Amino acid sequence: MPIRTEPMTVNVGPQHPSTHGVFRLRITFDGEEILEVEPVFGYLHRGTEKLAEERNYVQVVTLTDRLDYVSSMINNQAYCLAVEQLLEVEPPDRGKYLRTIAAELQRIAAHLMGIGFFLQDLGTLGTPLMYCFRTREKILDLFEMLCGARITVSYLRPGGVFADAPEDFWPALDRFLTDLPGELSELEQLILENEIVMVRTRGVSTLPLDMAINSSVSGPVLRASGLAWDWRKAEPYDAYDRVEFDVPVAQNGDNYDRFWVRMQELHQSARIVRQCVEQIEPGPVRLDLPLVLRPEPGREAYGRVEASKGELAFYLFSDGGISPYRCKIRSPSLINLTVTEHLLVGWKLADMIVTLGSVDINMGEVDR
Amino acid sequence: MPFQALTGEALADRLAEAVPDSVERADGDCVWVEPSQIAITAQFLRDDPGLDFQFLNAISAVDFIDSFDVVYHLTSFRQQHKGVVKARLHGRESLSLPSVYEVWRGADLQEREVWDLMGIRFEGHPNMKRIMLWEGFDGHPLRKDYL
Amino acid sequence: MNCVLAEDNILHGTPLLRWVYELAGLFLPCWLSYFIAGFVIMFILVNAVLLGAAVFVWTERRLVGRLQNRVGPNRWGPFGMFQPIADLLKLIVKEDLIPQGADKIAFVAAPIIMVATAILMLAVVPFAKNTALADLNVGVLYVLAVTSLTSVAILMAGWSSNNRYALFGAARGVAVLISYEVPVVLCLLGVVIVAGSMSLADVVTAQAVPFILVQPLAMFVFVAGTSAELNRTPFDVAEAESELIAGYHIEYSGIKFGLIQAAEFGGVVTASAVIATLFLSGWAGPASNYIGWLWLLIKIGVVAFLFIWIRATFPRLRIDQIMAFAWKFLMPLSFINLMAVSLEVYFLRDSSGALTTTDLWIMTVINLVVFAVCIPLFGSLIRDKVRPAQLQPTARATPGATVQQAGGEVT
Repeated sequence: MPIRTEPMTVNVGPQHPSTHGVFRLRITFDGEEILEVEPVFGYLHRGTEKLAEERNYVQVVTLTDRLDYVSSMINNQAYCLAVEQLLEVEPPDRGKYLRTIAAELQRIAAHLMGIGFFLQDLGTLGTPLMYCFRTREKILDLFEMLCGARITVSYLRPGGVFADAPEDFWPALDRFLTDLPGELSELEQLILENEIVMVRTRGVSTLPLDMAINSSVSGPVLRASGLAWDWRKAEPYDAYDRVEFDVPVAQNGDNYDRFWVRMQELHQSARIVRQCVEQIEPGPVRLDLPLVLRPEPGREAYGRVEASKGELAFYLFSDGGISPYRCKIRSPSLINLTVTEHLLVGWKLADMIVTLGSVDINMGEVDR
Repeated sequence: MPFQALTGEALADRLAEAVPDSVERADGDCVWVEPSQIAITAQFLRDDPGLDFQFLNAISAVDFIDSFDVVYHLTSFRQQHKGVVKARLHGRESLSLPSVYEVWRGADLQEREVWDLMGIRFEGHPNMKRIMLWEGFDGHPLRKDYL
Repeated sequence: MNCVLAEDNILHGTPLLRWVYELAGLFLPCWLSYFIAGFVIMFILVNAVLLGAAVFVWTERRLVGRLQNRVGPNRWGPFGMFQPIADLLKLIVKEDLIPQGADKIAFVAAPIIMVATAILMLAVVPFAKNTALADLNVGVLYVLAVTSLTSVAILMAGWSSNNRYALFGAARGVAVLISYEVPVVLCLLGVVIVAGSMSLADVVTAQAVPFILVQPLAMFVFVAGTSAELNRTPFDVAEAESELIAGYHIEYSGIKFGLIQAAEFGGVVTASAVIATLFLSGWAGPASNYIGWLWLLIKIGVVAFLFIWIRATFPRLRIDQIMAFAWKFLMPLSFINLMAVSLEVYFLRDSSGALTTTDLWIMTVINLVVFAVCIPLFGSLIRDKVRPAQLQPTARATPGATVQQAGGEVT
């Protein structure tokens, strides 16, 4: 005799330790298995796009910090690139290198955060997370030297960076780069080949490449599905055309591959920073632009970077005024969530949490 | 083959051949498409081997008081180029546009966002609900007249 | 009045109880002194477990802190040793919430049952020679009976909370507990066969060679099974902080939550004591007539450290993988262990049915070989069971991948 079962609807979030912020999923379960998923957004909606229309071009930089608050530098970068496209200017070389260094350090920090919480979602008691945070703290210390802030940095400006790096920044950066490989290898030895991590993540929630592309998925999630696409290679901005780096790609598009791609990108980012440190030369760090910028009316720009979560872009439209007429944010976290339903349905509750961790969303960016 | 941007004219030429009456005008780096034709155009943009826009980067909407622009940023990984397609909607009330959901799944959340914040409906979208704000919210906050 | 415990009383083998009973019997009626003797024993038990839990909480937090490059609690008392007391005080003064729609009786009873099981388990463990609080002649059976009570308490807590996460936790917890009971019982059978007795005191005396050597397979299965029954990583699906927030005790607060935590951590201490007794020869050791308790404490510490270490290192398994691990991996292993031990005992025992130390050493050699063969063999078998088949080779990096190559890879 078959046992009578009943589907059960559960709210996962907005208050839940593993939804990475105030994300809410209405999930219908059959036992442990997921039958239906309905993501609910908006708990952190602050209307950044509307706010940007009320501030002048430089002031908007501070708003971008608060989008994906674990990768503020990269957000700054995307916005500054868009404004520079509007103005048709380019920052001086030293400014470009400093931006690249800051962005790549931020990418390491953001990826470490993603990896750490992904492993936390897998059920570790925090050991890998603390390993990740140990390294991330050092990066935040470096940011503090650069601009006085650790999280909401606002270091980049249209036309360069806010200020040159202080003298003692360079030895500190050098120490950091020396220590980094050892710290990363400790983390890798602990977790990368761990049997439990493998059985929990390999083959789980796979994302086929055609679906990934059709769903506008970008960043490590896209690369884990098998496409070596990186906007730093395709459309090099700042100093990326002067450095060498590889694009890690995986094939299966499962949770393990997404995690693995991030692990490999840590090494590539460190490689980029090393090359920048070698190549950087003294000079001005910022263009002498007026404090209040007035791009020509009718111009538009699509400033795009490869952020830690994927393609982050600012679509700016200028009416000749002192603030953007329209500032649209193409947020990778939100658009990567297009595939939520495909990734989650049919898997178990435990896999759902891990999959969310492997897609690595940030609610500040999803809801804006 | 370096990554390049397709000009509006180049796009307009291709579109005019394949989808008659679809192009309104072309200028600089973008092409304006007749709003009612956007879904068919999108299908062609994706499936034509020469254009091959498999990837929809973003859907944005801009409020010009008497009209709205909906902007599609597109990329082709194989052909190594990108393009911009726009559709202009006139008026302010009960605006709607065919959905490109069937062409690019990636339009799902973005079209919902445009509806929520700009008030442009997408016909044919399977789940045209508000996304950031709650159902029953009065108005569309990104419009210029929402203060 | 002169009260003497009858020879056939089940607690006759417990000197402390007998002594208190006879002393109190000088002044009081026998029924009252029997009650007082039992009460004294219970008092010692409760305090030992709760104190043990407190010490264990502190040790675990400090140790895990060390393992994670942080400090851990270090503010209150020397090396932060009073932290558990501070936590307890906080929990006592916190508001004790009972959710609306909860089944009040079951909700309140569940934490009490949990603590009770943790405490009762310690009653049969001999701390040193002749010092078991209750030297039952069915000690092993008693341990099994008491541990299986936990599953009832977890189901009560999860069901009565009227919370879906709690229900998930309870369902998972009960499933795990029931599955792991089977291999645990089977490997304890091996212990009983070799010891020739179910009394834990006899099990200790029988360990001229510690059973970790004589029956490594049984030890492995027992530690894995206990770890699952204690809800500790990698088997902590019932609590699963990242998935179910807190699992079956999600709705508990205040002192009830404190009791559940005490039961959980006290459970680790008592389980370590049981493991130390069954497999690490308990209080036996050099000068064990004088410092047997110290040997037991050291062994408990070693086992508890193992639990802490595992918890700090491993991620969590999924529920179906845990089930597969119990039924497809631990079960065959415990059967093999039982067969091997039975055959060895059958051929090695003398006419009176006893085993000499030499016999134990022979068994050690054979069983170590069995262990070394079985673990890799069944390990590779279970690996194919839980791993998805037909995956492409592990991810790869593309050295110097250019955009052109990238474009070429789209299918």
